[in-house]
Amino acid sequence: MATHAHAAAHDDHDHKPHGWRRWVFSTNHKDIGTMYLVFACTMFFVGGSMALVIRAELFQPGLQFVDPQFFNSMTAMHALVMIFGAIMPAWVGLANWLIPMQIGAPDMALPRLNNLSFWILPFAFVILLGTLFVPGGAPAGGWTMYPPLALQSGDSFPMMIFAVHLMGISSVLGAINVVVTVMNMRAPGMNLLKMPLFVWTWLITAYLLVAVMPVLAGAVTMLLTDHFFGTSFFAASGGGDPVMFQHIFWFFGHPEVYIMILPAFGVVSEIIPTFSRKPLFGYESMVYATAAIGFLSFIVWAHHMFTVGMPLAGQLFFMLATMLISVPTGVKVFNWCATMTKGSLSFEPPMLFALAFLFLFTIGGFSGLMLAIVPADFQYQDTYFVVAHFHYVLVPGSLFAIIGAVYYWLPKWVGRMYDQKLATWHFWLSAIFVNVLFFPQHFLGLAGMPRRIPDYATQFADWNMVSSIGAFGFGFSQLLLPYIILKCVRSGAKASDRVWDGAHGLEWELPSPAPFHSWETPPSAAVIARGAEH
Amino acid sequence: MIRTMQRSGAALLLSVVALLAAPAHADSGWGLLNMPVGVTELSKKIYGLHMMIFWWCVAIGVFVFGWMIWAIVAFRKSRGAVADTAMVHSTKAEIIWTLIPVAILVVMTVPAARVLIDIEDARNTELTVKVTGYQWKWQYEYLGTGVGYYSTLGRESNAARELQSGIDPRTVPNYLLDVDQPLVVPAGTKVRLLITAQDVIHAWWVPDFGMKKDAIPGYVNEMWIKVDTDKTGRYRGQCAELCGRDHGFMPIVVDVMSKPDFEDWLTARKAAVKQAAATTAATPSIS
Repeated sequence: MATHAHAAAHDDHDHKPHGWRRWVFSTNHKDIGTMYLVFACTMFFVGGSMALVIRAELFQPGLQFVDPQFFNSMTAMHALVMIFGAIMPAWVGLANWLIPMQIGAPDMALPRLNNLSFWILPFAFVILLGTLFVPGGAPAGGWTMYPPLALQSGDSFPMMIFAVHLMGISSVLGAINVVVTVMNMRAPGMNLLKMPLFVWTWLITAYLLVAVMPVLAGAVTMLLTDHFFGTSFFAASGGGDPVMFQHIFWFFGHPEVYIMILPAFGVVSEIIPTFSRKPLFGYESMVYATAAIGFLSFIVWAHHMFTVGMPLAGQLFFMLATMLISVPTGVKVFNWCATMTKGSLSFEPPMLFALAFLFLFTIGGFSGLMLAIVPADFQYQDTYFVVAHFHYVLVPGSLFAIIGAVYYWLPKWVGRMYDQKLATWHFWLSAIFVNVLFFPQHFLGLAGMPRRIPDYATQFADWNMVSSIGAFGFGFSQLLLPYIILKCVRSGAKASDRVWDGAHGLEWELPSPAPFHSWETPPSAAVIARGAEH
Repeated sequence: MIRTMQRSGAALLLSVVALLAAPAHADSGWGLLNMPVGVTELSKKIYGLHMMIFWWCVAIGVFVFGWMIWAIVAFRKSRGAVADTAMVHSTKAEIIWTLIPVAILVVMTVPAARVLIDIEDARNTELTVKVTGYQWKWQYEYLGTGVGYYSTLGRESNAARELQSGIDPRTVPNYLLDVDQPLVVPAGTKVRLLITAQDVIHAWWVPDFGMKKDAIPGYVNEMWIKVDTDKTGRYRGQCAELCGRDHGFMPIVVDVMSKPDFEDWLTARKAAVKQAAATTAATPSIS
């Protein structure tokens, strides 16, 4: 984004380099945040195109467009690109932009590391997307890379693993930076329980990242040695255990789910109070609930694999632990409802996205609760019901929160207001089509349609058609987002410093657009107190 | 810009509504909204659990969504609502909405655990069939009888499923859910399935039997089915774990016969095996 083109002229005292050097050598949290967000947006459209290939093929029964192998590549790549290329980098981008501003710091604690953690990503994704052009095609064994199937990949196999390693390194470095920044760079007086919830949720997310990304790295490295160096970690014929991979993978994979949703909780906890003109209800219980979810995320992994055949005691344990997660999550939902109660609500685009989050994430929570019931899961597992469930928590969950965050803070970032009417259109199109797209998938799954199939029995044709229509509607509606942002950057009206009349927090105490180095001198106690009205 | 969007948005919405209102044809799936009740002892219990948790979710949903909608309607700034900025905390409320969900969870867990214990109780089975997954077919072996065979996608489906085959899947009976040789089991009998795989992981799933189980190389998983005596007939399912290129094309078909019919079938099969063995023995071997 050319957000700073106009600002560069009169910001010479910032000593920032110009031209390409400003971006390639950047150590500035805002520039790096911008690069993360642009990267995430690009990958969102790449991954979205793959989803449209999938939905085009599934529009009707019979194979019309792609070979089953390529279809499998699309499902695997869509997931990898969306998770590691779109959602996670978007959150790191938001963390970069916001955390220093929200805690009263001039920048992130480790600016060079910040540069490195971003610049690893484009290389990782060149490698990952490059697999589409190698003999044997892109990875087609699902993003979960279960052996022995994953070991049947062609030349894409080592590339995928190298790319996953790079993404993991990038995430861990980004997470370390967040932890160090939050722990060391808070302005005097900004104690932990005064931090905005976005900072809190990101802090816990960062710990999850540091804890589990190395686990994923270990799992894929074992896959690599199984493939090339004659080990048998996961090969039954050599005394190994293919189920062990699933345990290790999901030990990473379940916290990963919360890595993608916890910052969304933070964003919603900022947006809803602003547009309810009322402080967040139950701030401390929100913090504790987030921590509880973070802890529980480590002891529920096997609910992704109930059908592998586990001892009864194991199944009961993972069922109970999984159901427990709904308690702190419920606390959050109730607190958001209580925040709106007796508020003074208005419905600007960020609030609309936050409300859609509240409704639709709750639906995803319900299907999650259903999936936790082990005997019923024996029916749901690996069907479209699961696909519907995790898309409800990821798309109107994480993605809507990211879009809401962009609409919430964009005026602060660029100093200009976007076209709110158009953004409202973006909201309604997204909110309607996302349901047309994903709600019928509940029916399909319950009626017996397995996931990850390129073609289906004819009784599934009707709802698949509806779902595909929703997919194209949703996909094309998203083109509004970059259009609205570009229009805002180029010709938006000047935004005020507070932007939203109900906004609280240190970032709103800075001028719009925020200065290149956020808080060169720490904010005073009075400013912190004003900002900390949550 | 907005006007065009309004128009195209409205057109899309209308087409969705039109689709939903379209008259249902013979193999219509519009009515396929829920899990089948199934035909086995366990499938009915599992369906019961599914509906129980579903209605719990509906009840909680009525409360939560009701609250959200009420808040959105009642506290609008445009209607002059003034925020009560002192309402930021209530230990009592927070304890209540922690404890009530815990209680509900306990209520949900008890029946779920009971059914799970029934599922895991694979004692006293009367017949054992070994099920082996391959890329991309199933093998069924009736342990102790010598009867065993492969089961692959039916020929008509196989022709129609080729990329741009030119064959309308709707003209193929049981498209993608048909096999050359179905598994045959007796009704009213507790049948044990020992499930494994030869190459990659598969999963054996017939929705009417209530559950699926992964077929994993190096593992032998156990699952049992007892189809109601009056529910003889043909049941269909699919591989449920991604297993490579033709994962979508390795269906499962099970013929459930009455006990006497099954005995006849098994006897005939055994005789055929014996005859084949005799023929092989009588043929001079080249080596």
